[in-house]
Amino acid sequence: MSQPEYQSISPSDFFYRNREIAGFSNPSRATYTAVRELIENSLDAAETRLVPPEIYLRISEVADQKDTETKIYILRVEDNGTGVPAEHVPKVFGQVFYGSKYELKQARGTFGLGGTMAVMYGQITTHEPVKIASSTGGKIHEFVMNIDIQNNRANIFKHTVKENPTKWRGTAIEIQMDGDYSRIMYRLIEYLKQTAMVVPYADITYVDPRGRLYKFERGTTKMPPLPESVLPHPHGVDVETFKRLIATKKAKNIKDFMMDNFQGVGAITAERFLEMAEISQKTKPKKLTPEDIVRIVRTTKEYNKFKRPIASCLSPIGEELLETGITKELALTEEDYIKVVTRKPSTYLGYPFIVEAAVVTGRTIRKTHGSGITLYRFANRIPLLFDEGSGVIWKAANKNINWKTYRIESDTPLVIVVHICSTKIPYKSVGKEFMADQPEVEKEVTNAIREAARGVRGFMSRRHRIAREKRRLNIFNKFLPKIAEFSARLAEREPPNIDKLLSLVSADIPEVEKKLEEVPEIVEESSE
Amino acid sequence: MERSLTQLGNLIYDQINNQEFPWIHMQSRSTDNIVYDANIRQYVLGPRMIRRHSRNIRHIRPFTQLIWTAWFAKELVTQRKTSTLRETYYSARGQRDIEYSDQTESDNIITDLEVALNRAREEFNIFPAERSSIFGDLTIEYTVPGYEGRRTNLTDHPDGVMIGPAITSSEFLETTADKVLVIEKGAMFNRLVEERAHEKFNALLIQTAGQSPRSTRAIINRLHEDYDLPVYIFTDADPWGLHIAMVIISGSANAAHLRGLATPDAKWIGVLGSDIVNYKLPTEPLTEYDHKRLHELKADPRYDDPFWQEELDILLEIEQKAELEAFSRYGLTYIVDEYLPAKLQQ
Repeated sequence: MSQPEYQSISPSDFFYRNREIAGFSNPSRATYTAVRELIENSLDAAETRLVPPEIYLRISEVADQKDTETKIYILRVEDNGTGVPAEHVPKVFGQVFYGSKYELKQARGTFGLGGTMAVMYGQITTHEPVKIASSTGGKIHEFVMNIDIQNNRANIFKHTVKENPTKWRGTAIEIQMDGDYSRIMYRLIEYLKQTAMVVPYADITYVDPRGRLYKFERGTTKMPPLPESVLPHPHGVDVETFKRLIATKKAKNIKDFMMDNFQGVGAITAERFLEMAEISQKTKPKKLTPEDIVRIVRTTKEYNKFKRPIASCLSPIGEELLETGITKELALTEEDYIKVVTRKPSTYLGYPFIVEAAVVTGRTIRKTHGSGITLYRFANRIPLLFDEGSGVIWKAANKNINWKTYRIESDTPLVIVVHICSTKIPYKSVGKEFMADQPEVEKEVTNAIREAARGVRGFMSRRHRIAREKRRLNIFNKFLPKIAEFSARLAEREPPNIDKLLSLVSADIPEVEKKLEEVPEIVEESSE
Repeated sequence: MERSLTQLGNLIYDQINNQEFPWIHMQSRSTDNIVYDANIRQYVLGPRMIRRHSRNIRHIRPFTQLIWTAWFAKELVTQRKTSTLRETYYSARGQRDIEYSDQTESDNIITDLEVALNRAREEFNIFPAERSSIFGDLTIEYTVPGYEGRRTNLTDHPDGVMIGPAITSSEFLETTADKVLVIEKGAMFNRLVEERAHEKFNALLIQTAGQSPRSTRAIINRLHEDYDLPVYIFTDADPWGLHIAMVIISGSANAAHLRGLATPDAKWIGVLGSDIVNYKLPTEPLTEYDHKRLHELKADPRYDDPFWQEELDILLEIEQKAELEAFSRYGLTYIVDEYLPAKLQQ
């Protein structure tokens, strides 16, 4: 009889064994996820520094490969972000759960997991180390390293320090990985385009494996304000987080602990709350029993007198910037309709969130998108490209809204953009591609779309009117020459000159309305 | 005719030359401008005039169509060709931007041109589809191109001669007939020809094939006016038959702008409501629609005369109607041998 063997696994090991849940399920999807994670880290790094991001992405094939479906690619991403201090580089790129993001404010990633996952995926598929160069403004540190998966730490093969004459600041990373570019090409370009839509202040350059250059140029250098870090709201805390806070924060009693470590908790709130949780105010936090902690956490969900969560930790794109981004990437003209709405902050389960939505329609959309609804979904400025049908945004746009109210028919070309920002996006899976239907979120998304769609009605009416007037003037242009022609034939004379009459009714838009005034219409047959 | 059309062309032309949106004046054909003139015993257009103006978005298309139709008519007249309503409609379809959505629209514009010129469309060589015919001792001389001077006697054709542009434009040379007998249906017309009714009654026979076309009414009028022949009309005893007779006698609202189509002296000789009773004719009950139509006719000014009011009342009273063919119960020749002689005697 053999004993089962127990062994603990490191976080790196855990993610190595479960890489599909982080979006590395197959070569094409892994290519996409790796690019996405690296680009998002770069954007965050530049935004933190308050400079408009400049991102360079290159994917190239390793030379002399057999003609197989999956190939080895070199992924290179450069940015102008904060740069990573040399002493942190091994941990940031070689250790799971290490990063600058473990605090409560809106950010693209959460735990700094993605970048390391990309490195790890490259390592396990190609056995090649990762190359990293970074500078925080001083010298450039170059690393060649890989991850010791079992021990969750970096193996550094080479560390060189170079002069930095151009004062470059930022990070460049190069990963070799097994991938499948041909299958993911369109998604990848779509991802970059949509990123450019919600990050209109970023310049993104992309050179693909076939050497083609894609440039997504910024439409503005204005950036939305950075989110502030805030204390967690009591509603959103769970038992594990609470335990960790107790372990790391000093406080002489539970009342002070509540007041110091959570937002919106003053002396009176703390007292009333503890009374409800049946915990003495004097209790030392470290003396709380596990049962006490569970009771406290459960009570945070029941106590309804907490203030609403603070929204300064959120950073919506803003109506102006979002409009700039959408207009730029969809190549809208003045003849198209666009309305962007940024809603007031709202909360679900103790997490603050803000919904932004845009509704776009017009001739350009008909040409580029065809008829019907096209949805662009974003969460914390990340485009969501997969599993559209299962998300809350799809539901709001397709099920909750009666489009007829806005004069929108099923064949009206319509683009709907929805951006949800929150300290915690209610993703349904670690893959982060679609959001669960929290009722508060669903309601806000629906209202945001409705608000943005409100102006469509007027736009449609105006367009119908212009079209009608254009038709009307075309009628004159069509019939006057005929009248001239046949009256001349009837009278057996040379065709008369009708230029003057035609000039009175020429169908030049936008002069239409003015011209119409010059051509008064006789409405009824007048009797005499 | 040619001159009227050229004049219309000049009118429009000059307006355009003066940099005005062209327009024309014409009598309104709307129903409230059609009035019954008891003196001449037919419908006429009232005094109301309308302007059809090319500056009006709703007028410009029919205006253009009117000018085109005028040009088309002029082509017909100068080339001495004839056309039909249907052909005119299809000719317009060959013209970009002129085309009609259906023939009714085209027919309407042709009527507008009649009003604008104050002339019947036959004068500018547009004819309705031919379906009525004429038979009897009438010698005519054709004037249509290719047949000029050729003569024929209408008894030469036992099926009757179609009343088309050629007959309409022909000269009537001589006739021995002393009356005109108008019949509503082709079958009865054939029966009468077969029974030599034209000889027996010394009559010209005309069958209208339902509501008589204008050219047929014009010929009836002409035979009455020029040769002083009395006209007798013989139709079904139902609201539709009555009205076929009435349109020959007093004209239609649609042709209120024209003269020379009505024959007020024509007599309706049957089948009368009283005949149904007197001759014990096989009948059918009136339908709801018949009822409605009879009441409409009672209110129509053309039926003001006590004779007509009484005939309408009889039908409403007995609630029955009878067709010409009903006389066949007494044998195929009864109508010629017995009924018509009795009627014409009266």
